[in-house]
Amino acid sequence: MLDLKIKIGGEAGQGMQTISHTLAHVFTRGGLHVFSVQDYQSRIRGGHNFSELRIRESPVFSMTRGVNILIALNKETIDLHKGELYEGGVIIYDGEKIKVEAHQDLLSVPLDRLAQEGGNRLYGNSVAAGAALGLLGYAFEPLAEVLRDVFGKKGTVAEDNVKAARAGYDFTTRNGHSQFPWKFKPLDDRRRMLIAGSEALALGALAAGCKFVSAYPMTPATGIMTYLAGKAREWDIIVEQAEDEIAAITMAIGASFAGVRAMTATSGGGFCLMVEGLGLAGMTETPIVVVEAQRPGPAIGLPTRTEQSDLEFVLHASHGEFPRAVLAPGTSEEAFYTMAKAFNLAEKYQTPVIVMSDQHLADSYWTIDTLDMSRIIIDRGQLIRPEETEKLVGYKRHAITHSGISPRALPGYPGITVVTDSDEHDEEGHLTEDTGLRTRMMLKRMRKEIGLAQEISPPKFYGAVNPEVLLIGWGSTYGAIREAVDLLQSQGQKVGMMHLSEIWPFPSGAVATALESARACFVVENNATGQLARLIRRETGKAVTGKILKFDGLPFSPEYVMEGIK
Amino acid sequence: MVTLKDYAGGPTAWCPGCGNFMLLRAVQEALVGLGKEPHEVLLVSGIGQAGKLPHYLRCNTFNSLHGRTLPPATGAKLANHELTVLAIAGDGDCYGEGGNHFIHAIRRNIDITLIVHDNQVYGLTKGQASPTSDTGFATKIQPEGVILAPFNPVLAAAAMDASFVARGFTGEKDHLVGLIQKAVRHKGFALVDVLQPCPSFNKLNTFAWYKERVYKLDEGGKYDPTDRVAAFQKAQEWDSKIPIGVIYTNPKRPTMEEQIHAIREAPLVKSAAGGPDRSRLERLLEEFI
Ligand SMILES: Cc1ncc(C[n+]2csc(CCOP(=O)(O)OP(=O)(O)O)c2C)c(N)n1
Ligand SMILES: [Mg+2]
Repeated sequence: MLDLKIKIGGEAGQGMQTISHTLAHVFTRGGLHVFSVQDYQSRIRGGHNFSELRIRESPVFSMTRGVNILIALNKETIDLHKGELYEGGVIIYDGEKIKVEAHQDLLSVPLDRLAQEGGNRLYGNSVAAGAALGLLGYAFEPLAEVLRDVFGKKGTVAEDNVKAARAGYDFTTRNGHSQFPWKFKPLDDRRRMLIAGSEALALGALAAGCKFVSAYPMTPATGIMTYLAGKAREWDIIVEQAEDEIAAITMAIGASFAGVRAMTATSGGGFCLMVEGLGLAGMTETPIVVVEAQRPGPAIGLPTRTEQSDLEFVLHASHGEFPRAVLAPGTSEEAFYTMAKAFNLAEKYQTPVIVMSDQHLADSYWTIDTLDMSRIIIDRGQLIRPEETEKLVGYKRHAITHSGISPRALPGYPGITVVTDSDEHDEEGHLTEDTGLRTRMMLKRMRKEIGLAQEISPPKFYGAVNPEVLLIGWGSTYGAIREAVDLLQSQGQKVGMMHLSEIWPFPSGAVATALESARACFVVENNATGQLARLIRRETGKAVTGKILKFDGLPFSPEYVMEGIK
Repeated sequence: MVTLKDYAGGPTAWCPGCGNFMLLRAVQEALVGLGKEPHEVLLVSGIGQAGKLPHYLRCNTFNSLHGRTLPPATGAKLANHELTVLAIAGDGDCYGEGGNHFIHAIRRNIDITLIVHDNQVYGLTKGQASPTSDTGFATKIQPEGVILAPFNPVLAAAAMDASFVARGFTGEKDHLVGLIQKAVRHKGFALVDVLQPCPSFNKLNTFAWYKERVYKLDEGGKYDPTDRVAAFQKAQEWDSKIPIGVIYTNPKRPTMEEQIHAIREAPLVKSAAGGPDRSRLERLLEEFI
């Protein structure tokens, strides 16, 4: 069974991700499944960064330990990662540029010289990609095709890159290929997609009819606004870079109040600034979707690394009480559909919906079959259209109803006015200090949580039913837990996974039942304190057996999860 | 025909003698004079005594947080630029808590009229200094008087090439009505900073204090508000003489809305109806293959 990993390391700016991405496309187009991760530092040049991809014939969800091919663009990469090499693995490096003591694992490929011979030393990345394929004995033509797509069919840049890649490919075919133990070929030419979490979140927003995005750049959330800004012209979306996160969320709230689907995206630090705005959306009953792409905190923390330490923050953010939904997709595929659901929930319940991401989800790429657009149904809830004049007679924006949801008209509808307030207000939306009315308005808003709770999907289960060990996770740990379950099951152990990608309102019943069905339960969380474990305890009264935690800024591997079960 | 009755609102909670009453009246008269129906107008306000204004007349209202007046107004205007959007703020609201938004709204030159009730004090929280309080102004928090230099909103706005900068006075209501109308008619961001006596908490800058100093720029007919150097001079007059009127205007700056592709034909809220086309979305997936 094919399971091969290629790691590409070097300094920021050397193009590790370009090589990785090119190869990921080559393999995906060949009918194989790829998962790739990015590890980078908060700098534009220098430092140590790597990108890694894993290739299998069946879907792949996580990175495991061990490397088959290490492409080292600098010496540090060799020093740091040579120990990860499997027996028989090869380190591709440019021996004419990097001086190291000869070793059987090292395969010098003159990346720089071959690139210059091809016309430009900038093409060294294509040489490296070609060299990796040559080692693997994989067909060359798919790489040429990808390079032509990336660099455009016209001009010499594409062809020069193809030439450079060919030089690398030929070089390793002649040197190194025969000793290299792992070989594989394209399976078929199924047209699968390769998509990162951030792209999927952004694409999901676009498909859901989001028309307005105001955000302030912050890693690892920036990819969402970048993607949508690139589509703004073609899709008639407004993407505004706000002056700060306070403006970002309140601008989106203003746009939503005026009637368009609106969102913002940020990381934990930016979300800190958005918190009062979240309450404003709750109080004014304005739909809003916020993506919170976590990174290690507090304060600036590790800007480019991953963590899941904002769960409790997001659940409780803002003073006062109001309903909210918190969703946490586990893969890029799920991220896409989650966004569509987030916009529907926000509009149906006229309240904020927070979608949790993190660096691991945002920056990792998955091969997926496709995204099914027929599953995207836009439900704008009780939004009144201007021609529905009978619904506008005696209109009150915050009318007290059984469901707690007040039919929503928009400013500009003839004959009525739409009024709302961040102060407690009466049904018309005007400021009030009447304590009885306050109670009724609170109850009205909180009643929306009953409907909202019914919309929340139960957790996803994988692996053994009634397991000896139940591994519990949320968000981006899906892949590592799932693969840990596969490995343990293959060793004959009865292990299952419960994954929560819709966390609030909390699906207490399903979680409690699952906890009872398992002999031992472990949460797997990228944080230091086990925030989901605490939430489970609070909502179900049940304690987990143990917590498998990681908060070094790096994602879980299946092996790390397995070692944590004690 | 729209009349003042269409704009009648509920009872107010301001102090007797407050300049806000005249300001409210001026906003109502200005809108009626412009022939705007209440449903065509959106008032976005902040928090403070000023921020309550939209509750006292009838029109679309988004009463936001303290300091967060301009961002929701911007979002709403971009979502539906057919609305006439006025942002209503206090001096603390707009120049203190929301100062960053003030700067960037000027840069955007979005077609919003910002009316700042500048009473040089925090009214609602009972009399602390505001960014525009005069140096030496004593309060319970600044018992020895303010030692900070006051923020000069009209000077700052002119320096940033704001496309319309005006100052009004609640003691000159008809003049103020004219200013608000000019500001609303102006295409682009318009600041109307309104000198507003606060009889409860500002015993320094009283009605009489303003009345003694205020003079109308447009009287005499010599002043050219497109002359930026002259505007800088006028914007700095304060201690003995305070000009009111249009201090600076740059009619050449394009508005934000004019430059956004998505709303070149129809307001965003109209193009949004129905959601994106499925087959176009499916074609988009090709980019990931
Ligand atoms: C985040 C936040 N901080 C502080 C306050 C308290 N607060 C309400 S109004 C106000 C100042 C009011 O002064 P100004 O904006 O000048 O309005 P005025 O009452 O004078 O019209 C303050 C500090 C608040 N509501 N929200
Ligand atoms: Mg004030």
